[in-house]
Amino acid sequence: MMPDLFPALPEFFLVCAALVLLMVGVFRRGETADVVGVWATLALGMTALLVLAGDGERVTTFGGMFVTDRFAVFMKILVLTAAAMTLVMSLAWMRQERLGRFEFSVLILFAVLGMLMMISANDLMALYLGLELQSLSLYVVAASHRDSSRSTEAGLKYFVLGALASGLLLFGSSFVYGFTGQTGFDRIAEILKGVEGTSLGATVGVVFILAGLAFKVSAVPFHMWTPDVYEGAPTPVTAFFAVAPKMAALALLVRVLTGPFAAMIGQWQQVVVALAVGSMVLGAFAAINQTNIKRLMAYSSIGHVGYVLIGLAVGTATGVRGILVYLALYLAMNLGVFAVILSMRHKGRLAEEITDLSGLSKTHPLVAAALAALMFSMAGIPPLAGFFGKFYVFIAAVEAQMYVLAVIGVLSSVVGAFYYLRIVKIMYFDEPVEVLDPPPGRSITLVLTASSVVVLFFFLYPPPLLLQAEAAAASLFPG
Amino acid sequence: MRRIAEGKAGGVAPGQECFIIGGGEGVVVHAVVFYVFAAIAIAGAVQVISARNPVHSVLFLVLVFFNAAGLFLLLGAEFLAMILVIVYVGAVAVLFLFVVMMLDINTLRLREGFLQYLPLGGLVGVILLAELTAVIGGWVFVPDVEEALQTGGTAAMSGITNTEALGRVLYTDYVYLFQASGLVLLVAMVGSIMLTLRTRPDVRRQIIARQLERTKANSLKVRKVPTGGGV
Repeated sequence: MMPDLFPALPEFFLVCAALVLLMVGVFRRGETADVVGVWATLALGMTALLVLAGDGERVTTFGGMFVTDRFAVFMKILVLTAAAMTLVMSLAWMRQERLGRFEFSVLILFAVLGMLMMISANDLMALYLGLELQSLSLYVVAASHRDSSRSTEAGLKYFVLGALASGLLLFGSSFVYGFTGQTGFDRIAEILKGVEGTSLGATVGVVFILAGLAFKVSAVPFHMWTPDVYEGAPTPVTAFFAVAPKMAALALLVRVLTGPFAAMIGQWQQVVVALAVGSMVLGAFAAINQTNIKRLMAYSSIGHVGYVLIGLAVGTATGVRGILVYLALYLAMNLGVFAVILSMRHKGRLAEEITDLSGLSKTHPLVAAALAALMFSMAGIPPLAGFFGKFYVFIAAVEAQMYVLAVIGVLSSVVGAFYYLRIVKIMYFDEPVEVLDPPPGRSITLVLTASSVVVLFFFLYPPPLLLQAEAAAASLFPG
Repeated sequence: MRRIAEGKAGGVAPGQECFIIGGGEGVVVHAVVFYVFAAIAIAGAVQVISARNPVHSVLFLVLVFFNAAGLFLLLGAEFLAMILVIVYVGAVAVLFLFVVMMLDINTLRLREGFLQYLPLGGLVGVILLAELTAVIGGWVFVPDVEEALQTGGTAAMSGITNTEALGRVLYTDYVYLFQASGLVLLVAMVGSIMLTLRTRPDVRRQIIARQLERTKANSLKVRKVPTGGGV
């Protein structure tokens, strides 16, 4: 019997596009990096259209291994937007650095495909394969600047730790399979619902799966790789890492914990709370002493993952709605900040220190204003977009009477505000040391403009995002 | 092949044909073949660690793999046998061979001081032996295993081979996972090429068309050299 292929149409399109572009890159003469890059971006856009074309009803196919619902559609759109934007920005950057290679775009497409498969995974095996497809592409992409020892080190470190995380995940999955006899999420949910008390084996399995996924979203205490990889990888790759894979892994985490293991909330809730608190606190304090802006963004992303995990720890539809709103706004903020980081250079030489931004307000007033807005938003100062992200997550925590979690979140975001505002201070009150070069391409300026507009004016009309997020969250909690 | 006379054992219905371990003159042949394969495998394994030339070691390893594949065939696991030959002989051993040939390892140097590792190695060996004894000592058979073996055994149930049975689920129920694994392997290939392949612009390549274009007229010049005058 032929499985219903229609729900997986976007994935099919992306596979075909990636394979065709691989062939184009191999067999076309001359410079292929740009052509393949542009077509890859278009393919991502087309995939997004195909994702939107679905009616959003919950459908499973391939014997229940693949699921699409409103949640999947929402997360896929976020991932595709993140990937397309970073790809556009990286093309301009790569051209300037003469690092352009067509395999880069093809691997990004495969990574995105892996993320879509993760988001739609409805089976432990499908989950693992999606995750591996994504991770394997990312390991290579991290090491893609192969003449730089830092880039290769980043790739190797990411690979070794990522392999360890996959091992933990597989170990946990085998426990869950051993104790429930099923790998499909729907069946596991049914069986665990019928269990009286707690099944020790399944608990061990869930904890290991959580640990493996926490590696992928870089939640404390599984965050060690993040600063080194972010610093070492080429900057466009860092920009990509900071958004797309995080979203996919968080989507997976949400689906796994609220789907098959919904009945075991008592067991996983405390783990998620610990992860959330650790990430928020470490993200706030460890970032204070950073001098490299890519490392700073790494710690910042660890902190943001902590806030997102609050929404998950709550384990309700309100919490998931908070997560989705947070992720969408985080995407907008991060793309903008990385657009600035990508255009940081003195006389053609890359600059990555925070002090390189000093006096930016005098040399590039518009860029400085945009970055200042983004930093205020990251710090969560109203009425900028970042405030709303935190707001909805904290509301969910308060509604579920997890006051301690909300209070720690607010306190650590106050500490976190220190280092975001320090950047604003450096830009506006320090004397310029060297003048930064103009941005390498119009696309980077465009992304920066778009993201600052979203961040500045989101508060005027939030309903579209809120409603979509609410519908997406509701699709995970039927009945 | 025998017919099950009575009872349902191992999911085999009465009257159905199935393979049964034990009984008949096939057993003798079976045992002889088994001992031949096993003996060659063990002898090969000894040669792998004792051969002086590392290339010989790898070749003996290939011999061991082939014999292990033979043992799998005897057990009726023809799929495992094929995989063993394709993956281990075809890929892993060949890779070893490349590595050994490229690295040019001086085994004599390696063997110097070989004996000083004996205490540690021996200790590890003894620990493993103790653990194995503990495991085998604590081995309990299911009470009715004798009976089950005599009546049912490990049977190829409906006459389908392992390979066919695997293929039937792999290309239907698990086609999604199968294709996804294919993509993972493709990414591994693209990635390793991307990280290691360097196109060197200064390499001289053979262009056959230009070689063929050369004729006596455009490549050969005849000069009369005066005696003692040089070219």
